[in-house]
Amino acid sequence: MSMANVDKGELISQVKQQIAVANAQEMLTQMTQKCFKKCVNKPGTSLDSGEQKCISMCMDRFMDSWNLISQTYGQRLQRME
Amino acid sequence: MSEFEDLSANDKELQEFLMIEKQKAQVHAQIHEFNEICWEKCIGKPSNKLDSATETCLSNCVDRFIDTSLLITQRFAQALQKQSSVDM
Repeated sequence: MSMANVDKGELISQVKQQIAVANAQEMLTQMTQKCFKKCVNKPGTSLDSGEQKCISMCMDRFMDSWNLISQTYGQRLQRME
Repeated sequence: MSEFEDLSANDKELQEFLMIEKQKAQVHAQIHEFNEICWEKCIGKPSNKLDSATETCLSNCVDRFIDTSLLITQRFAQALQKQSSVDM
């Protein structure tokens, strides 16, 4: 298969998109597990307003945590060089 | 992704692109692992924001995890060395 028949730029763009989708899915999976664990302690017949509010805050805190950890890791990598 | 890697064998731009994306993916996976572990250690009940104690905990957690990994690698290598010198 020769690269002449495939638009390289489009290939690169598609791969980038697939990677972005995979990352988002991983984020969502982890977020769902963590927030269910924190917020839904006795599963009822529906999510009550307290649980919904907790889940909402939990999502935001999860992102805060992720960003802080990302920052700390980046700084540590720089120190290790 | 491996068919893609075959295609890239002769293409420098693609090789570079793949290498960079691979590195980015590794960093990303590592951050996920840290978040997984440190969330359990540091986060209590979710509130309106992360207080400074929690932020300190998360930050320390990442550094101490890396320190732990380095220490274990080091001691394990030493143990292997000791083992092999005994076998000689």
